[in-house]
Amino acid sequence: MGGVHPPENKFAEKRSVERLEPPKSVAIPLSQHLGAPAKAVVGKGDKVQAGQLIAKGEAFISANIHASVSGTVAKIDGVIDASGYRKKAILINVEGDEWAEGIERDESLIEDSNLTAEEIIKKVYDKGIVGMGGATFPSHVKLKVPKGKKAEYLIINGVECEPCLTADHRLMMEKGQEIMVGASLQMKALGVDKAIIGIENNKPDAIAHLSKIAAGYPGISVEPLKVKYPQGAEKQLIKALVNREVPSGKLPIEVGCVVHNVGTAFAVYEAVQKNKPLIERVVTVSGSSVKKPSNFMVRIGTPVAELIEAAGGLPDDTGKVVNGGPMMGKALNDLNVPVTKGTSGILIFTEKESSRPPEQNCIRCARCLTICPMGLEPYLLSSLAEKQRFQDCEDERIMDCMECGSCLYICPSGKPLLDHIRVGKNRVGQMIRERSG
Amino acid sequence: MTEFLNEITLFSVISLGAIGGVAAIVLYMVAQKFKVIEDPRIDKVEELLPGANCGGCGLAGCRALAEAIVKAESLEGFNCPPGGNDVMQDIAKAMGWEAGEKTPMIAVVRCNGTREFAPPKVRYEGLMTCAFAHSLFAGEGGCPYGCLGCGDCVEACNFDAMYMDQETGLPVILDDKCVACGACVKECPRNIIEMRKKGKKDRRIFVSCINEEKGGLARKNCKVACIGCGRCVKECKFDAISMENNLAYIDFEKCTLCRKCPPVCPTNAIHELNFPPRKQKAEKAAAKEKEPGE
Repeated sequence: MGGVHPPENKFAEKRSVERLEPPKSVAIPLSQHLGAPAKAVVGKGDKVQAGQLIAKGEAFISANIHASVSGTVAKIDGVIDASGYRKKAILINVEGDEWAEGIERDESLIEDSNLTAEEIIKKVYDKGIVGMGGATFPSHVKLKVPKGKKAEYLIINGVECEPCLTADHRLMMEKGQEIMVGASLQMKALGVDKAIIGIENNKPDAIAHLSKIAAGYPGISVEPLKVKYPQGAEKQLIKALVNREVPSGKLPIEVGCVVHNVGTAFAVYEAVQKNKPLIERVVTVSGSSVKKPSNFMVRIGTPVAELIEAAGGLPDDTGKVVNGGPMMGKALNDLNVPVTKGTSGILIFTEKESSRPPEQNCIRCARCLTICPMGLEPYLLSSLAEKQRFQDCEDERIMDCMECGSCLYICPSGKPLLDHIRVGKNRVGQMIRERSG
Repeated sequence: MTEFLNEITLFSVISLGAIGGVAAIVLYMVAQKFKVIEDPRIDKVEELLPGANCGGCGLAGCRALAEAIVKAESLEGFNCPPGGNDVMQDIAKAMGWEAGEKTPMIAVVRCNGTREFAPPKVRYEGLMTCAFAHSLFAGEGGCPYGCLGCGDCVEACNFDAMYMDQETGLPVILDDKCVACGACVKECPRNIIEMRKKGKKDRRIFVSCINEEKGGLARKNCKVACIGCGRCVKECKFDAISMENNLAYIDFEKCTLCRKCPPVCPTNAIHELNFPPRKQKAEKAAAKEKEPGE
């Protein structure tokens, strides 16, 4: 249902992943995942090694955080993160590059594993793995199938439908084997025997590459998908691959599916087979005026400014620097924001590209209705929220909106539909929380 | 021909009359059966209320307040902010009750982060509502507690008592129009607007900042932020100023409007409104007092 076709602009799809040296200092936020922030277990002045646990995620939905570099903890203080507000973070001054014991750093592939499902899930939790697609939901929670439910399919999301981003694409090209092993480990943890890797048709090389590897792994298949935004959204992906619809307000497990990103599959491989916590990730730095659009493997906590520097510096005509994809990402208001587990891309847009068109009146063309992937009525939700009729918003299922931004993209009148809907979602969320006490 | 017409006229008049008669009887009976007996006092009280339906009393409108007052049979706990004491007295007189005095209040904007004092570092071009901007970032000036300047409070005001100062980017409250209904207080996502005692001759002293960050951090974004130095607390003889989370707060119940604290504030975060200009002597003394500490 629905969907739009924004220009793909995948400038960095042929650039292989480049490893960046650790910066002089990093700031590792305590809240890089959905759920409760982790609790710091180190203090000022402590020496830490790369891969050492520095904050523990104790709540049911939370994740461990590890030092991404070796050095001394400078302080635990507020640092402006991608949310635009000061959040607690552990600041580490880098000294050398020592790694904690037990972590294998060589690139050799380890295929075999004799761990049980519980042991795999425990390792995924220990190593702080979260969803790498951007929502950063702790992976161990997703791997534990709730009682009374049964998982049938593991879906590996290699769609990367956001324009400009190429991090997952490059990972699939370069770490195909590892992703397969990671996927088989996840299958074992979930107790399923079928896994489908969904990839959009605009990445024929990745489809060919992974199909070839998948032939050697029983139960894993690769499915090419139509190019369409947001093809990579969880519910849309399930519909496209196994033709099941996740009911409103429910999780994919309701229809027997669990969706993980290819980046998560790779992180699971590294955590389980190499004992390596999630302390680095692939980040795309791209944009039409960027000198050297690149994919970097960077340590968590590296300031965004360093990535931009490595990609050839900030162009003069920069209008906005966006964290994430162009459709769902958010403009940064400070370039010293640290890279977190969910940072998939840093995009630099020129003044012209990033300016909003002037707002005009709705002409009732109904394009937003046609393209809404959730089958909502964006124009209606937006005006209801604008008029503060939040109860009506809830009745019109505003909470089903995933904020993909398709309506904003397609609107010929340049109405800030999604802005209003977000305000509405905030308020309706508040109402629901108040109701449930 | 005429006979035929007469017949029609006669027939119409009789049948319509009959229908009318039956309908009247039915209506009368229904009206008797479903009669709602309403306290006539409700109308009386409602007439005395201002009729702005602002919701300042916390109820849905003037009618709702009138119903609640009559039901409770007293004025205890009810207040009509726009009407003020006069209206409450009138209602008390009409009902034959007693009404307590309510201190007149007024809304106060506790942020002075103008474009000059807290210069914008980024440009915001999303939806111009504070509710949305608040969910996105700290603000153009960078203060996570400061006014976002989109004017949700001005939108919420039913009494034209507020406007956005285009130069400073902050809302301004008009003393003579504000009725302390509290609509702006509710609307502000950062709770910058506070309802404070109006004071004699509308005079009031307050800390125009709600930033709870440490002094250095607060000052980085805004030159007139409260840095929590505590000088005003020491200066106050009446125990009216308290310091919590790096932020001074002046209790308007205890404050005697002595004007001692504003000059000692190193960042000029304490504001005094509607006072006559200070005398030269006092200014000099204040300046002297300030110097050694800086």
